[in-house]
Amino acid sequence: MNVQSRPIVIEQVRIVDPARGLDETGTIIIEKGRIAAAGRDALNQGGPAGAARIDGRGLTALPGLVDTRVFVGEPGSEHRETIKSASRAAAAGGVTTFFMMPDTDPAIDEVATVEFVRRTADAKALVNVRPVAALTKALKGEEIAEFGLMRRAGAVAFSNGHHCIASSQVMRRAMVYARDFGAVVMQSARDSHLSGGVMNEGLFASWLGLPGVPREAELIPLQRDLTLARLTRAAYHAETISCAMSLEALRRAKADGADVTAAACINHLCLNENDVGDYRTFFRLEPPLRAEEDRQALIEALADGTLDMVNSSHDPQDVETKRVPFADAAPGAIGLETLLAAMLRLHHDGRLSLLRIAELLALAPARRFGLEAGSLAPGAPADIALVDLDEPWVFSEDQIVSRCRNSCFEGARFSGRVLKTIRSGVIVQDRDKG
Amino acid sequence: MFGPGQAIARTALRAYSADFSMTAQPPFPAFPHRHLLGIKGLSPLDVANLLDRADAAVSLSRQTEKKKASLKGRTQINLFYEASTRTQASFELAGKRLGADVMNMSVASSSVKKGETLIDTAMTLNAMNPDILIIRHGSAGAPDLLARKVSCAVVNAGDGAHEHPTQALLDALTIRRAKGDLSALTVAICGDVLHSRVARSNIILLNLMGARVRVVAPSTLLPSGVDDMSVDVFTDMASGLKDADVVMMLRLQRERMSGAYVPSVREYYRFFGLDEDKLRSARPGALIMHPGPMNRGVEIASSVADGPQSLIQEQVEMGVAVRMAVIEALLEGRAA
Repeated sequence: MNVQSRPIVIEQVRIVDPARGLDETGTIIIEKGRIAAAGRDALNQGGPAGAARIDGRGLTALPGLVDTRVFVGEPGSEHRETIKSASRAAAAGGVTTFFMMPDTDPAIDEVATVEFVRRTADAKALVNVRPVAALTKALKGEEIAEFGLMRRAGAVAFSNGHHCIASSQVMRRAMVYARDFGAVVMQSARDSHLSGGVMNEGLFASWLGLPGVPREAELIPLQRDLTLARLTRAAYHAETISCAMSLEALRRAKADGADVTAAACINHLCLNENDVGDYRTFFRLEPPLRAEEDRQALIEALADGTLDMVNSSHDPQDVETKRVPFADAAPGAIGLETLLAAMLRLHHDGRLSLLRIAELLALAPARRFGLEAGSLAPGAPADIALVDLDEPWVFSEDQIVSRCRNSCFEGARFSGRVLKTIRSGVIVQDRDKG
Repeated sequence: MFGPGQAIARTALRAYSADFSMTAQPPFPAFPHRHLLGIKGLSPLDVANLLDRADAAVSLSRQTEKKKASLKGRTQINLFYEASTRTQASFELAGKRLGADVMNMSVASSSVKKGETLIDTAMTLNAMNPDILIIRHGSAGAPDLLARKVSCAVVNAGDGAHEHPTQALLDALTIRRAKGDLSALTVAICGDVLHSRVARSNIILLNLMGARVRVVAPSTLLPSGVDDMSVDVFTDMASGLKDADVVMMLRLQRERMSGAYVPSVREYYRFFGLDEDKLRSARPGALIMHPGPMNRGVEIASSVADGPQSLIQEQVEMGVAVRMAVIEALLEGRAA
């Protein structure tokens, strides 16, 4: 990791640090890649000699975002996204750490691939990239992968990516075994037999003549996993909660003391099934966009703690997979660049405090997966998103940094934009410098 | 036998035959749409306009000289991703009777299906400057996608389980000519509603024109949102057909007959196949329709399909007329 020697001082900036429950105007001093001071008490410290000074008036410093679900095409589909290009998209969105999902070709299911990702990231990425290794070999859902060796090589967690494990027996073994290595098992719950559809089941899908995905296709495997989490006492994380009925199951599991956390994807917090409109393939997602009642319930669950974090589920798809009829299109949307801006809608609507947003996007994932991140406290790595909370802007296609264009937010209006992204004390994204 | 629509049609026909003259007013109101992608989005006036035009086209088609020249020099391309002998023939004949040059692209068997995306095919065809593209595709929404990428008019000839607007129009024309009017009729649509584009287009159109629409099917063949689709839902034929003025049967695809959606053909035929016994529940003289091709002995008994109440052959004739009306209405609005 390259450490920039030159210190940075951000003056008169609003500091939002969920690790300390702090939201105040002060100064941030960065030295040797770490935060030396951050708060009102640092206002008159002056800062080290030769420091770069940033006028933080009107700006807000959030801990750099930790995005726990990002699909990258390297190795195998570099034309869609490389580790480097994904990291540039991350930096543009204030994301300083992302989890790279194992759905590559070959899959991240053995030590060599984990090491390849780490090496490539160290050499080329602008932000921290943490590989999520496959739960089962080749993501087939049959034989559990080498959790111990891959964990030691740097796998941050284990997931079967887009291929939810069908066998309860395999899932049970994976959870029991992962527990011995202190690893979190993640899953995007989806019953592949019940979810042969391409959008939310209901009236809208009925008129469009598209096969639907019932909410039960999420709930049934989620219930199974939560039950197994209680049985095995494993650490379990639900990656993509999309509907209200799943929240009830989560609440019960948490009340029972199961070691369970859950995330929602930003798309499901900002959009609903009506956005599919006349077969817009960029809105073909997995899980599918649900009804407005589900969206509202998800936002409530972010506020009351049923949901612990929000991810982008960044999934680049190109013309070949998206400029086809809706049912034939691959699911997924890019989202690293717009994650924070879209999340700020919930702040501007008065639904979530800025502190809670910082917790959902940075602190909670860092704590759950044991990362040194998500905090602006002295001593923490200097991973910071410097944001103008009120800057109005329109996300247009020509601004897209990712290699693919499949954003659900093209043409969307946002208030609040990332100005600079600092990772380990180095400015990796700076809109002041174009 | 013919209702009030005929009067309009007769007037129209006079103007129709005079349309070679440069000074003649267009005999029908302009059709205010660029494409026909579905019945959704049409107004009752739009539908009546197309049906009036189709009535005139029926008259033309019954003459010895069946051809006019209103679309002389125009190019029509039929782009069929699913094989369909009847619909493709119907569109081809419609274009030819209007004087257009018609080209058939049977994509189902050509190299286009392998690899090349729909958009690429569309762009290639667009470069040949067609005036109108007729598309049938197995995926819902394919015509919408195509219409966004080409500069000519697009007609949906059936897309997945979404819509089949010309079928609904020809059904409406058939009913209107038999009953005079669609409003106040009770129409029962029976069979595989779940996978049927014909059903969706008909539900929208019949509601639009004031008919009462029922669907009759086992629940495994009904869409999940059916309760909110402006229809009355029945799962048995006796009550579903009771006092119905029109009975529309739907085709059940072979791969859905044995266990996937219904257990067997004989069980399906026993409970949902239209035979003379079940037909007795309907109003005496009720019209019987089927979009074809029929599975005799699956969804309909031969005696009923060929019986006196059946309008199934009439539907085929109306198909050509409706497609002439649609093609002409769309191209009238576009300069050559």
